[in-house]
Amino acid sequence: MRDMLRRFRASLDFPLVTKSRLTILLAALVIIPGLFLPLWKLEFTSQQYPEGLELYIYSNKLYGGDDGNDLTEINVLNHYIGMAELREEDFTEFKWIPLVVSIMVVLTLRAAAIGTLKTLLDIFVSTVYFGGFSLWRFWYMLHSYGHNLDPRAAVKVAPFTPPLFGTKLVGQFTVTSYPASGMYFFILFGVLVLLGIYFTYKTAIRLMPVKPA
Amino acid sequence: MKAHHYRNVFVLVAFISSMLLIHGCGDKESKRGRNSGTSEQASAALATYVAPGDLDEYYLFYSGGHSGNIFVAGVPSMRHICTIPVFTPYPGTGYGFDEESKKMLGGFKWGDAHHPAFSETDGEYDGRWLFINDNANGRVARVDLRDFKTKQILKIPNLSGNHGATFVTENTEYVTSATRMSVPFPSGSYADVTDYADKYKGILVGIKVDPDDGTMAVGWEIVVPPFDYDLGDAGKGPSKDWMFWTCYNSEREFIEGGKLEVTASQKDKDFVVMVNWKEAEKAAASGKAKTVSGVKVLDPADFPGLAYYIPLAKSPHGVDVTPDGRWIIGSGKLSPTTTVFDFEKIQKAIESKDFTETIDGIPVINYASVREAEIPIGLGPLHTQFDGKGYAYTSLFIESAVAKWKLPPYEEGADMSQYVVEKIPVAYNIGHLCTAEGDSKSPDGNYLIALNKLSKGRHISVGPSIPEAAQLIDISGDNMKLLYDAFTEPEPHYAQMIKADKIKTIEVYKRDDPLSPKNPNAVWSKEETKIVRNGNKVEVWMIVVRSFIAPDVIRVKKGDHVTVHITNIEQTRDELHGFAINDYNINIVVDPGETKTTSFVADKAGVYAYYCTNFCSALHQEMQGYLLVKP
Repeated sequence: MRDMLRRFRASLDFPLVTKSRLTILLAALVIIPGLFLPLWKLEFTSQQYPEGLELYIYSNKLYGGDDGNDLTEINVLNHYIGMAELREEDFTEFKWIPLVVSIMVVLTLRAAAIGTLKTLLDIFVSTVYFGGFSLWRFWYMLHSYGHNLDPRAAVKVAPFTPPLFGTKLVGQFTVTSYPASGMYFFILFGVLVLLGIYFTYKTAIRLMPVKPA
Repeated sequence: MKAHHYRNVFVLVAFISSMLLIHGCGDKESKRGRNSGTSEQASAALATYVAPGDLDEYYLFYSGGHSGNIFVAGVPSMRHICTIPVFTPYPGTGYGFDEESKKMLGGFKWGDAHHPAFSETDGEYDGRWLFINDNANGRVARVDLRDFKTKQILKIPNLSGNHGATFVTENTEYVTSATRMSVPFPSGSYADVTDYADKYKGILVGIKVDPDDGTMAVGWEIVVPPFDYDLGDAGKGPSKDWMFWTCYNSEREFIEGGKLEVTASQKDKDFVVMVNWKEAEKAAASGKAKTVSGVKVLDPADFPGLAYYIPLAKSPHGVDVTPDGRWIIGSGKLSPTTTVFDFEKIQKAIESKDFTETIDGIPVINYASVREAEIPIGLGPLHTQFDGKGYAYTSLFIESAVAKWKLPPYEEGADMSQYVVEKIPVAYNIGHLCTAEGDSKSPDGNYLIALNKLSKGRHISVGPSIPEAAQLIDISGDNMKLLYDAFTEPEPHYAQMIKADKIKTIEVYKRDDPLSPKNPNAVWSKEETKIVRNGNKVEVWMIVVRSFIAPDVIRVKKGDHVTVHITNIEQTRDELHGFAINDYNINIVVDPGETKTTSFVADKAGVYAYYCTNFCSALHQEMQGYLLVKP
């Protein structure tokens, strides 16, 4: 055990091997589409909307299907139950997600150039933390909008949380919530970073001097 | 009597009574209610069944006759889907109630819509526009098939009884019109009917259509003898530069009290007139054309090669050009024959000047030189349609049937009756008929609609105002099969059927669509709404959306001129809203993204509620406001 920790700590300053650098470079490129593709998709179907209403959450905007009209339609339907209007300007996420992701790209590129294993570890941990935080934040927004219903609304419904992941019946609508294409690029980024760590760690361990007896 | 005599009498009486009873029950009673059905009925039912959620294969556009509307149905279900108002105000869609459509109707409250025609590209229906005539008020209308709305109504000067319309040339260069009820020329001139032969004239019109937006304008008018030009067709392929009309009353008289039905039926033959519209176009541009009532007018005597007559028996009512453009088919409604003319022979006759006489400058072509065949088709032949498989279908009014017959070539010296292959009775008295894409270069075959004048006894009774009947007939197989009886509002004359996927509609007037009508008075949010007063004129910019009207209070003084512009700011399909003001006779209906204007004088003091009329949402009834008219 102690041996493993010693080796771990010793490998931290190991400069990245070429294989890792290339992997990391690829990761930096792979994360960029995530900035422009939808990250999450919510779909609302009911008897009278058989074709469904679609809501796409991007890193920098909210967008409805049917050339954007679905967002207007969702807001029109929501106003009957007193849910606040979904407006892009109300979500600070759309400002800090692109910023954080682009910083991540810069840091990853730096890592590819002059990074060590430690750098990659930092990147990986930040990614996981940031991803986790964003998901929590997303859930929190869903919860908040579904619980702060206008008491003067024409149609009274019990406060609810729209689904973060999966399917839920809300009123007459079946709401389905799943990650969209952009999210898979972000996940791929994480996987590539892990891969980058693995390549360098493997080499580091191999090249490490054996502890003298 | 002996016992056996009693028995015999009894048996005899019983026998006679049962015979009488059976005979009495022999009257054919129409079945009511559900059928357990024969297999033939089951297959007919299946052929017309469009399951819930599924869509029809074809659009059927019926003319609405003196209702002034167009009715839209689906084939094969034959369900009425909607009504397109053209010449008549239609409260259901607010047509004729807002300022723009009121202007288009031009003060007329109705029209007599007879013959719809699709715009064509290279002889095929292209699904852009539908043209239709007004037989009563000398007008032609254009419906945009992108949103199924009437966009233009053109009043044609000098025209009287516009029945020989609308027929469209191969690339929608022109739409035809013609005078059926001759009057003195130009319009507004006066002459007594005693001067009918000399002073009364017929008019043949070519309406030019703008190839980009379909706007119609009169291209030229040809002044012709006062024969009643009642129906036509445009040529195709080899005959594409020509327009054809049948005409009757070549007797050239209108005797007061003398009954036109008698006097116009005296001569053995009347005519088909053919006009070279390419020549007419050139003639109209030339210096020799006169301008009367603002349109170019041509005298056939000044322009040789412009028009020709071909004799046709008898009081003809219908000329149809085959899909390949070679055969011109004319039916004389008072003759039991349908005549087939060969366009190639016609061209040769024109070239060799094979004429028998000239009437008012128009040569009459020698009948025998151009007649290909006379088909002994039946009683009262009227109109012909095609299946694209070498057969023609002609309606027989008097016989109340449709006859299927073979198109040329024919065996030399053969008995023509062998070419009439089948007849199917129709209920009752068929006028026009319509096959799928039947006026195009490539008809689909498959379906035929018989447009019948009488529907008596075919439906549960609705009193004396008996509606019309349209029957769906399957012509896809070797034998014609009657599939379905449909009933329509008064009164379709002709109809057109087009493949459903050729029509590309929008269902929302999208705000950013360059093709959506741009209304300078559209407002798109509650913040943009306003009420502006200018002296005694009050102008309101209003929005309607689920589920409120803004502004919801309008304050005016009695006598104010009030104008309200209403925008439906929805961009979701099927979210229509309405706007009605109680007791003020205001009725506006706006589609998603549409803006309409209504103007009125606030001549009644008091408080008048306004509300949304077109059901839109769970809180539709709460879409309400108040017009406050201060005394």
